[in-house]
Amino acid sequence: MPAAVTAIEARGLEKTFRIPTHRIDSFKERIVRPFASRDYRELRALDGVSFEIERGEFFGIVGRNGSGKSTLLKLLASIYRADAGTIRMAGRLAPFIELGVGFNVELSARENVVLNGVMMGLTPQETRDRLDAVLAFAELEQFVDLKLKNYSSGMLVRLAFSLMMEVDADILLIDEVLAVGDAAFQQKCADAFHEMKAAGKTIVLVTHEMATVEEYCHRAMLIDSGRIQHIGDPGEVGRRYVRLNFERGSDVGAGPSSDGSDEVRLLDAWIEDAGGTRLTNVEQGDTIRLRVELEALRDIAGVGVGFILANADGVGVFEFGTEAVVDGDTTALAAGKRVRVEAEVENLLAPGRYFVHCGVNRVGGGVALYVHNALDFVVYGGDPHARGVVALPHQIEARVERAR
Amino acid sequence: MNTEATPGPLHEVRGPSALGGGSRRFFDLLWLMSVTEFKRVYFGTVLGYIWSLVRPLMLFGVLLFVFTKVFKVGSDLPFYPVLLLTGIVLFTFFQEATQNSVTSVVAQEGVVRKTQFPRLVIPLSVSLTAAFNLSLNLVVVFGFVLAWGVDPAWTWLLLPIPLALIFIFAGAISMALSVLYVRFRDVLIIWTVAAQVLFYATPILYPIEAVPDTYHRLIFLNPLAPIFEQVRVWAIEPDAPTAVDVVGGAAGLLPAAAIYVGVCIFAVWIFNRDAPRIAEEL
Repeated sequence: MPAAVTAIEARGLEKTFRIPTHRIDSFKERIVRPFASRDYRELRALDGVSFEIERGEFFGIVGRNGSGKSTLLKLLASIYRADAGTIRMAGRLAPFIELGVGFNVELSARENVVLNGVMMGLTPQETRDRLDAVLAFAELEQFVDLKLKNYSSGMLVRLAFSLMMEVDADILLIDEVLAVGDAAFQQKCADAFHEMKAAGKTIVLVTHEMATVEEYCHRAMLIDSGRIQHIGDPGEVGRRYVRLNFERGSDVGAGPSSDGSDEVRLLDAWIEDAGGTRLTNVEQGDTIRLRVELEALRDIAGVGVGFILANADGVGVFEFGTEAVVDGDTTALAAGKRVRVEAEVENLLAPGRYFVHCGVNRVGGGVALYVHNALDFVVYGGDPHARGVVALPHQIEARVERAR
Repeated sequence: MNTEATPGPLHEVRGPSALGGGSRRFFDLLWLMSVTEFKRVYFGTVLGYIWSLVRPLMLFGVLLFVFTKVFKVGSDLPFYPVLLLTGIVLFTFFQEATQNSVTSVVAQEGVVRKTQFPRLVIPLSVSLTAAFNLSLNLVVVFGFVLAWGVDPAWTWLLLPIPLALIFIFAGAISMALSVLYVRFRDVLIIWTVAAQVLFYATPILYPIEAVPDTYHRLIFLNPLAPIFEQVRVWAIEPDAPTAVDVVGGAAGLLPAAAIYVGVCIFAVWIFNRDAPRIAEEL
């Protein structure tokens, strides 16, 4: 790759949404109640976001719902206008917030391709020149004059995706559209992405699918509460993202996550049977009796506790937790107080090895403690004909019909 | 795939706007959207075009009967039917362009919220589609005018002027209404009533001479009134009172001109003001 050339530069982006407490949506209301409250709540979606993306980079943006990642995407795509800050770009950008959003089902594929091509910045002539290539990639040549309302959803997605590939913009902005079509088409898409990556296109991908980010991206950015939490190696972003997910249930205004183990300590974690004997194996169908003991090292206003049951592949199969630990009529914990957590989980897990990650978050937001692999256990037994990540309660029967 | 892309230097991205993305793309999109929409109506259904012609013709037939046989307003005017048809076709354009544009931006919600799209294209393409319809209907009107025995006159060459004025006025109102509708959903009802008022406040059903003189200035506050009157003079009846005659001097047209310009300026202002935020309001 040649010396780094900046493709996208964002400086101090800010965006605040005003949400009226009482929405007035007619002139009548405005006239009848001219002094009605115009109060609104402010929602700060982005708060001083700055970053640079180099030309030829495959850049991932990761964040939870409401983290501001979609707002950022829409600012980059010129759909929203920033309240403060600047965005500069080199070259033509094609945004794909949703596949096929500009399609008009009353029109034929030909008309739609031309219209959407122009929408994405091509000239009408350029679009007509590429029509054949678009249809060939989508394998829809014989349906060029069919109205889109007669297309299946799979055909629509294919058409939209091939249009995206053929528009050939310098910068592509993509919002979780990868999982489209059947397996064969998905493979084609994956190839196309690798090809685009090899061709040195700048691609910004917004997703919450860590596997995609780790597969394609050179660099990734984790965004939370409108602020950048981390920019760098996709693997590291992935780990931080998983940890952030722990805080679910805490306030949106959470600050940067930390392991802050000077507040709470994990004393012990184990699984036991009904009689209280500690176990390392749990049979499928039994109850997993999860026990954890914590100790507060300082006075804290309150904590919630959460667990992730992850399988050997690192997939969080089940995440759960409590909002707050209550001591009498307060959630505050004095230094030295011990908390015993008892969780009973019906064991619907597929056979295999499992890890329990344990997180403790402050009631006001923020992680007080995060322990990766607090304990591990093995699930055994179950129906030998069932596979997968979990064993859902099921019934199945196959009968041979008698000849009449 | 072209690997030799030269994206060039960094340029600032200013966010969404009325014209967003350069004038070239704006006009390409405007043209394409209007043409495809027009084609859809025209070729989409068997009776597509017939319907768009039948509506003004039906209205014409009914009004012609009422105002020549029942009320006898137009029975002593030799060219009343031609005047009526021309007026109805022109007003139908105005009404179609404005009425259809009210909901246009909201109806294109997906495009507005999820793509980088010059907002102004949406209401204007509705006006342009209506203009295509108008030009087809004018062919019918033209045949009718000749068949009725109207003498061709050199002033026909001036007709693009009033037509352009009507188009611009319709476009401006479309802009304002489409963006107001995003926030105020009763705009549609208000405009339906207002358009009705405008129809009666324009000398279409009646020749302006039939109105007592004292009301001439009032009617001519409506910017459409002098325009329609001038169409009458230039296209059909060279002897009819011109717009200037009706109000007794060019100065009398100033209020209408001021309203016309005011509406256009208001439309551009409010569209420009609201365009960047439409996606958030939806």
